[in-house]
Amino acid sequence: MNLCQAVQNSIDLTLANDHTSIAFGEDVAFGGVFRCTVDLRQKYGADRVFNTPLSEQGIVGFGIGCAVAGATAIAEIQFADYIFPAYDQIVNEASKYRYRSGNLFDCGRLTIRAPWGAVGHGGLYHSQSPEAQFLHTPGIKVVIPRGAIQAKGLLLSCIKDDNPCIFFEPKILYRSAKENVPIKDYTIPLSKAEVLTEGTDITMVTWGTQVHVLHEVVQMAAKENISCELIDLRTIVPWDVDTVCKSVVKTGKLLISHEAPITGGVGAEIAATVMKECFLNLEAPIERICGYDVHPIPHTYETFYIPSKWKCFDGVKRLMAY
Amino acid sequence: MLYGTPLVPYKHCVKHDKFGKRCQGTTTTNTSSDQSSHKMMFNSGHIKGPISHQLKFIYPEDQPAIPIYRVLEPEGHVINESETPEFTDEHIIKLYKDMTLLNVMDQVLYESQRQGRISFYMTNTGEEATHVGSAAALNPKDLIYGQYREAGVLMYRGFKLHEFIDQCFGNAHASCKGIQMPIHYGSRNLNFVTISSTVATQMPQAVGSAYAFKRRNNGYAISTSTIEQYRGDGIASRAPGYGMITIRVDGNDLFAVYNATKAARELTVNKSRPVLIEAMTLRVGHHSTSDDSSAYRSIDDIRSRDQKYNPIVRFRKYMYKRGCWDAEKEENWTKESQRMVMQEVKQSEKMKRAPISTMFENVFDKIEPHLQRQMKEMNDHIRQNHDHYPTLSFYEQR
Repeated sequence: MNLCQAVQNSIDLTLANDHTSIAFGEDVAFGGVFRCTVDLRQKYGADRVFNTPLSEQGIVGFGIGCAVAGATAIAEIQFADYIFPAYDQIVNEASKYRYRSGNLFDCGRLTIRAPWGAVGHGGLYHSQSPEAQFLHTPGIKVVIPRGAIQAKGLLLSCIKDDNPCIFFEPKILYRSAKENVPIKDYTIPLSKAEVLTEGTDITMVTWGTQVHVLHEVVQMAAKENISCELIDLRTIVPWDVDTVCKSVVKTGKLLISHEAPITGGVGAEIAATVMKECFLNLEAPIERICGYDVHPIPHTYETFYIPSKWKCFDGVKRLMAY
Repeated sequence: MLYGTPLVPYKHCVKHDKFGKRCQGTTTTNTSSDQSSHKMMFNSGHIKGPISHQLKFIYPEDQPAIPIYRVLEPEGHVINESETPEFTDEHIIKLYKDMTLLNVMDQVLYESQRQGRISFYMTNTGEEATHVGSAAALNPKDLIYGQYREAGVLMYRGFKLHEFIDQCFGNAHASCKGIQMPIHYGSRNLNFVTISSTVATQMPQAVGSAYAFKRRNNGYAISTSTIEQYRGDGIASRAPGYGMITIRVDGNDLFAVYNATKAARELTVNKSRPVLIEAMTLRVGHHSTSDDSSAYRSIDDIRSRDQKYNPIVRFRKYMYKRGCWDAEKEENWTKESQRMVMQEVKQSEKMKRAPISTMFENVFDKIEPHLQRQMKEMNDHIRQNHDHYPTLSFYEQR
């Protein structure tokens, strides 16, 4: 299965095993603009898989209401770039439901999913990776998979988690690389980062599409006898401080990379926390290789905007030379 | 699509430099905003309504459906001669050429995307009369907020072929210099605010700029039909709820669109009342090059509806009857318009993209210090890693 099929499979399993569950969003009924909901309406009926009007605040508000009433709501926002009309519903409503009611009410059964990140030609409104905007909001979990196997396990965890979750799906990976995704229902724990390659010289932290870019950088570094430990953060918030810090204690050097603009990005939060927790272990200033502070992503300039493997490798060299 | 006639309050327009320029030449008979807001309260039942002693609900299905205004029948003849706009033959031909040139450009650029020469495209097929008819009824200085499927408005106003095509190729001549995806046109000179990918965001912005707006109903929001989108009587029925004048028109009838827009503009300018025009049309093409609409609608059904109601065909039939166009002119124009578009595509494709440092411009009015630093960082990195960025040769060097 590829990532898109893994997502479809997760929703399929949920609709099959959880009779309260429903999936909805713009153009979801015919299968979705990325085909992540294909065949589900035929299988589970129009009252469980349906289109919403073009209204993001309506989609999320409606999803909150469903969840509050005890139904598992899987809401699709067609592109992460379009999540902003729903920002108030997410920040002022969904995230605060349990907190403001003293646990009388919650919307933990809400999961919002949206295609995310650079796709090669998405321009300003089909490329954004807005995870930092939600990192700053207590009460919601934000999760980003790097491939099909991860996507299924993480999405099922989000759906089953008793907190409102946002699941960002790297759209450029939807159809690439098929993986041997297990057919059964399985979950991958939230708030647990994964060490993909072990190393001793540099800790590298990233998520989503950029994991594959850093994989290449690990290999480029290995050719120069630099041993890198690559960590996929997976859950952006609440993030796995222990795994990252344990690694930095070992290596003494940290490189964080993300597509989103550098200022106030998730990298800034990780850098500040690691600086505090591992201050005496650090042998060099923490590197952040990220998008520039221009609107992501200017269409014909994408190649030069993104944190390419060459920019990341420059960061590796700076760390080693410090 | 939302049109702003920059009018009220005129004195406020002049305060903002950008706005002031657009306000030149536009007159208004408006009084102070206090008086106008009192004028705006019509049958305000919630304040001074009649009392009823009978429990009675208002069912939307009991309200008569708003009729569709039409002047030109699909077969090309005018039903009510007195409704025909007074156009010269020259103007009629210009309107036709705008619609057909747009259509030819759409076909060529759609194909270009399929061939990988541009990354993305959206056609305007089937909606040409709505664009051109309404643009024709406005004053060139009227500020327009467009959504992404309204290129005919620009065509009418004189946006040049190469300007459309340069933007789609994202080359150095494009107004946005490749910052946005294809079809995101804009023109300061033509008073057309640059398109963004979002929908409906333009509405409060246009209201902020003006008092007249129009909403086009082409049957679909990607795959969601209007029946799914709107439970009430479409879009026009919402207007009375907001105290607005409304009309529903046949969007595939250029004359009906023109008449309605012209009359609406007069209402907005002279009476300072907002007007909602719902133009009924059909999106014949797919939503975009990323869409295959056969997945959610019958292509045969669309084809047969288009054959019957196509706006360009209808207008051509009228022109034949009127005697200002014939089969020979049609054949010559078809060849000529094809040639024009192909020539511009060939030119645009050869043109380089703007220098890569362009991406740091226009985030703010000036390039702030942190962006200067990042720009230098990028330039240094590119210089040292020149060979790893083979596409550099497509960009002008600063």
